[in-house]
Amino acid sequence: MLRYIVRRLVQLLGVVIILSMLLFFWLRSLPGGPVNAMLGERATPEQVARFEQVLGLDQPLHIQYVRYMGRILQGEFGTSTAVLPGADAMDIFLARFPATIELTSTAVIIALLVAIPLGYFAARRHGSWLDNLSIVGSLIGIAVPVFFTAFLLKYWFAIELGWLPVSGRQDNLGCTRITKFFILDGLLTREWDCSVSALKHLILPSIALATIPFAVIFRITRASVLDVLDEDYVRTARAKGLTARIIRGRHVLRNAMLPVLTIIGLQVGSLLAGAILTESVFNFPGIGEALVTSFRGRDWGVLQILVLMAAVVFVLVNLLVDILYAVVDPRVRTR
Amino acid sequence: MSNSDENPKKSLFSRYGDRRKARIDELAAMSAPRTAPAPVPVGAGGPAEDLTVHESGTIEEKPGVSLWQSAWHRLRRNPVFLLGLTITVVFILVAIFAPWIAPKDPLQGYLIDKVRPQSNPIPGPEPGFPLGADHLGRDLMSRLIAGSRQTLIVGVLATLGGFAGGLLLGTLAGAFGGWVDSLVMRAVDVMLSIPSLVLALSIGALAARPSQWTLIIAIAVVQVPIFARLLRGSMLAQRSSDHVLAAQALGIRRSAIVTRHMLPNAMGPVIVQATLALAVSIIDAASLSFIGLGNPDQRIPEWGAMLGQSQRFIYDNPHLAYYPAICIIIVALGFTLMGESLREALDPKTRR
Repeated sequence: MLRYIVRRLVQLLGVVIILSMLLFFWLRSLPGGPVNAMLGERATPEQVARFEQVLGLDQPLHIQYVRYMGRILQGEFGTSTAVLPGADAMDIFLARFPATIELTSTAVIIALLVAIPLGYFAARRHGSWLDNLSIVGSLIGIAVPVFFTAFLLKYWFAIELGWLPVSGRQDNLGCTRITKFFILDGLLTREWDCSVSALKHLILPSIALATIPFAVIFRITRASVLDVLDEDYVRTARAKGLTARIIRGRHVLRNAMLPVLTIIGLQVGSLLAGAILTESVFNFPGIGEALVTSFRGRDWGVLQILVLMAAVVFVLVNLLVDILYAVVDPRVRTR
Repeated sequence: MSNSDENPKKSLFSRYGDRRKARIDELAAMSAPRTAPAPVPVGAGGPAEDLTVHESGTIEEKPGVSLWQSAWHRLRRNPVFLLGLTITVVFILVAIFAPWIAPKDPLQGYLIDKVRPQSNPIPGPEPGFPLGADHLGRDLMSRLIAGSRQTLIVGVLATLGGFAGGLLLGTLAGAFGGWVDSLVMRAVDVMLSIPSLVLALSIGALAARPSQWTLIIAIAVVQVPIFARLLRGSMLAQRSSDHVLAAQALGIRRSAIVTRHMLPNAMGPVIVQATLALAVSIIDAASLSFIGLGNPDQRIPEWGAMLGQSQRFIYDNPHLAYYPAICIIIVALGFTLMGESLREALDPKTRR
């Protein structure tokens, strides 16, 4: 088990190094280069030359890369120009990351709570109206762009009905910040209204975002439950006279959950993509919204850290899922 | 994507047991519709020619049901597939003939006189303008119809680009194996490790001035690793299969084995993926237009961009967002339905 984890960590290191190289070259090939990006287009040639010297841009590439890595490892990504002018890019990331985690994890929880039972019953009643209806629903879920779902929810429940807030992450209540996870903070400080407010702001965006993993988790659950139901050990369990509950829990669902676990890991990427769109629609101050703002405002420092962190988080989550997978299914380790 | 469609052939064989003759017949029949009608290339060399003749001969003796034929038999009666096919065909026809179908010129602001920026920014429906107009007084109906063309172009070009890139990488990796494989797949893994929209945004950021092409390239690059992985999987599965072994034993050149014996057989899952990728491309294009990475020229109608522009008016005129969104959803659904039923039909596990 330990050897497996170490092997995966070494692989991860390779991916991160290639990624940093890509990011380095990406940053260099941005329109106008880093100097233009920081000084603006009206800089005189002398200014540009001095700036290049200060930044070490007149050095050979490999030395530049080493310096660049040094800066990245110290968390120096420069100063924001558009998202929050003057603020440190790293600080922006740290302030906004918890918001996105809150949003995506709520979305995944909603998706799991709905998709797994639905997938199970759709498979049990294979070919029934419930089955067909859920399949159609999940197909529509795939075909509807998530920003349109978000838009519809916002229009109906926030604008027309006025049940839930239109945008933002929390009402201005002067809440105490501890972890920057607003719901958790409210619980820790016993400022209940803070938690409630944060939760209200979270409902619509997370439902919109949940449609992405929902469609996939439902389909995988249904397919793998169908597969498992055909297995000999399930028939044996039935023949032994085990209760339906034990068969469902121990024999069917536990085995059917393996593919679901993998797919959740793979969904992190599309969740983040969905978060970019959902956060934009709801002006939810997470990293997705920051990504769009920094892209539109050519805020390279912030864009850089967000792209890097998005990739690193994605890789890390997949590593975690793989390890979890190896824990649940011992066959994986010997591969 | 899923493992089940990476190698339809292998499990197909296992269903037919170990009878060697039956396996070879089945194999020959399966590659027949694609290799047999093509004339034998002159420079293909002796052994390859012999093999082709041999394959065709087998088919003539005993016509088997190819994977595609059998899939078609089931698809013809599959309402889901037919619905998807209908939507797709109608969409493509509308896109091709858009300039003739559209009742009005999509670029001209017919109703600009009725636009009042404060009180009535969006002229409502009236005779000749069934869906009303947009904020510049242009006929919404005509713009929707004309927009189908842009959507089709972006979707098809992006998917083709992704397919071409994936074909190159996946074939390299799958055909050679070894260090080439490791190198290519590491690169693909890194590409896959960047969330698609983030990758597309980063590529979009590289362009000094965003254009239609930025959008297409960004989406194509996102698709490359998916196609590459898929093709590699199919190719790897075939590298150790009997027909490739037979071709190797006959002394056929490696390039000929790859292009004529492995690639055609790897196409099934790829075609399914391409159909699904088209739906994803269209949605991605809409998403990217929505967040501002797209054609800055707002005269040319495109569904995603129309949806993005409608955001300014959603409070009073949500219909401006509904129409393009519904178009995107229906088209994406069409491609998805078609792709899903194709996948199911080509999956040997469901051939019951």
